[in-house]
Amino acid sequence: MKAFSPLFRRLGGLLLGALLLPFAAGAHTQSSALLTVSASAVGVTGEWHLALRDLEDAVGLDADDDGRITWEELRARRAAVTAYAQSRLHWRADGNPVAWRVTDYLVADHPDGAYAVLRFAVDGTAGAGRLAIDYTALFDLDPKHRGILHWEQDGRSQIAVLSPGDGVREFTLGRPASPASVGVFLEEGIHHIWTGYDHLLFLLALLLPGVLAWQAGEGWRALPSSRAAGLGVVKVVTAFTLAHSLTLGLAAMGWVRLPVRWTEAAIAASVIVAAANNFRPFFTESGWRVAFGFGLLHGFGFASGLHDLGLRPGQLAGALLGFNVGVEIGQLAIVALFLPLALLVRHRALYQQLGLHAGSGVIIAVATVWFAERVGDFKWLPF
Amino acid sequence: MKAILALAGLAACCWWAAPVLAAPGTAGAAYLPRTGDQVLETLRATPGDPAVRELRAWQAKRAAEPTNVLVACEVARRCVERSRHDADPRYLGRAQAALAPWWDAPAAPVEVLILRATLRQSQHDFIRALADLDLAAGLAPRNPQVWLTRVTILTLQGEYAAARRACGPLAQLAPGLISLTAASGIATLNGDAERACARLRGALAGAGTAGAGERVWALTVLAEAETRTGRFAAAEADFQRALNLAPRDPYLLGAYADLLLDLGRPREAVQLIGAEPRADGLLLRLAIAEAALTPPPATFVAHAAALRARFEAGRLRGDFVHQREEARYLLEVAGDPRAALPVARANWDVQREPADARLLLAAARGAGDPAAAAPVLDFVRTNRLEDTVLARWAGQLSPNQ
Repeated sequence: MKAFSPLFRRLGGLLLGALLLPFAAGAHTQSSALLTVSASAVGVTGEWHLALRDLEDAVGLDADDDGRITWEELRARRAAVTAYAQSRLHWRADGNPVAWRVTDYLVADHPDGAYAVLRFAVDGTAGAGRLAIDYTALFDLDPKHRGILHWEQDGRSQIAVLSPGDGVREFTLGRPASPASVGVFLEEGIHHIWTGYDHLLFLLALLLPGVLAWQAGEGWRALPSSRAAGLGVVKVVTAFTLAHSLTLGLAAMGWVRLPVRWTEAAIAASVIVAAANNFRPFFTESGWRVAFGFGLLHGFGFASGLHDLGLRPGQLAGALLGFNVGVEIGQLAIVALFLPLALLVRHRALYQQLGLHAGSGVIIAVATVWFAERVGDFKWLPF
Repeated sequence: MKAILALAGLAACCWWAAPVLAAPGTAGAAYLPRTGDQVLETLRATPGDPAVRELRAWQAKRAAEPTNVLVACEVARRCVERSRHDADPRYLGRAQAALAPWWDAPAAPVEVLILRATLRQSQHDFIRALADLDLAAGLAPRNPQVWLTRVTILTLQGEYAAARRACGPLAQLAPGLISLTAASGIATLNGDAERACARLRGALAGAGTAGAGERVWALTVLAEAETRTGRFAAAEADFQRALNLAPRDPYLLGAYADLLLDLGRPREAVQLIGAEPRADGLLLRLAIAEAALTPPPATFVAHAAALRARFEAGRLRGDFVHQREEARYLLEVAGDPRAALPVARANWDVQREPADARLLLAAARGAGDPAAAAPVLDFVRTNRLEDTVLARWAGQLSPNQ
């Protein structure tokens, strides 16, 4: 009986002890990950949804091994999850490897369980003609795993299923020529100021007292002339603009670089200071000088926004111009909304008390939370 | 007044800039959990399950020596059992990963061939699964698992004569409840239900040493046969006995829920399955039961949507293993027999269990296409398949033919 190896005899005994009984049908949701990529002229961003049950096997999430994964446990493994993701997803722009960054770490509920969501941006895609994706996540752990890729571009969506040995896809970016992209960057600039709540609140903190003047012993008083009041606001906004354009340029050219987290924390602090100044001014300088000083700081913040779009050196000048003009247009829209109203009601006590003081109080409260979040590296506010 | 307007304007400035984040609960939308202790995912029903720890230890061993056949097979076998226990097919993929060094090799060690056949069966790749078993039978004709898996696949395909032939070696190599259940299971589908059930009852009474898993299997086969032959009280008693041994066995719960649905007791079916089952098959029965309640509970819409999403996800992946569930969903949840008919027909081409026969017959009936039921009627006649529901439906069809 040469048919049985010693190994088989051992294993045969083992199998005999526990025969695999006929298999139950009825459960067919296997491991899938969802990768949604939006490619536009300003850059490539996306969302990657990875099942927690897959990540548990890949990197380990259930720290206390109680069979349940809490948000605390998932959050604690952000670095490991990110490192795993980055080792299993690679991008090439026109054949050259480009880096990608995780910009947000969230959760999503799908019919078959909870997923971690990595929002990301791909660097260095601007101006590239082709972008290739190479997906190898989880295949070693589970050959039945599939990456479901949704590629969204120019309002159209394509779907690809990525499987072991078939995880590479290439897409044509078909970028418009640079004049058009200046327009796109302009839109990005407007979008950035309207959704960059810290810049918005800072601007508001500066604008609130713009139509007033501080008089020792009397407090804030409305500027008598509309012209003078309007001019004050214009000076503040212009100074802010000039200052942040300067530092945005310096940072975008790569001449000055500040650590992102501390820049963001300093920006939050600047919002607090600007709003606190509205209760009883402690800056002896006139408003526009203060705006200029802090504007320098905010420019570095805008630079990280521009950086998120994944620029390439050749595109910098046009992008910078477009983005900056976009930021200015966004600001002017806010001023255009604010100034007429403020001019109209600047004489009212209600404006000076409720508008200025309550408004600044709220700004301080929000900015204080931002500051704590950025220093402590946690997230509490949803914005 | 103006001041109030101005303040409203300012407030509007802030609101208009307010962030738009999708609320948690929107399926698939990203959100930030509110608190750190929020439980996002439950990995297993029993926190301190020793089987999980053992599997992890074996996985670690495999990572250290990935080409050790003994270790790889132990991991794969445990994963297959786990997938059945949790109704989580992810473990089938993990099992395949353990067998990766041999997965594409035409000739693999016997142990690998058997497990590979089981995994291919789960992927409905019956042809290659049987080819693996042929190879395994050549290498190790005295391994009972080869024959048991073979009987299982052939029974699923409705190839009862071939399945019966494989029962011979199985009875010699693994006498007792397992081989008797395998043979009786075929007989209940093949014109000898009454005697086969009696044999099973006798074997169960005398099988003092049989393991719980074997008894659960035998009781389930028996109860399903009793359901088909209209002995509902006996079937229910046997399902209950099996449930006492394996309270959360997903297959068993599904089969018992089907009986309750047949008997027009959807409320009990809902209770039996419990809230939010993970297994597609159980979620499907839950949605069917909820649809039968008047008015359907609030959860019904979400359950139906979750099923649709799972079928859609399967289609995206290129999986076709859920055709039985999808056809049944279209027929009994969506109430669309015309859409169900092609899916039920495609499913019948692959698997031929009584459930598959019922589906095609019901879809053909509902769609007003009696000719589509011909293969099922033919199958029932040829194999003398005893099923009171099938017989009734067939009787309602024949005048139109």
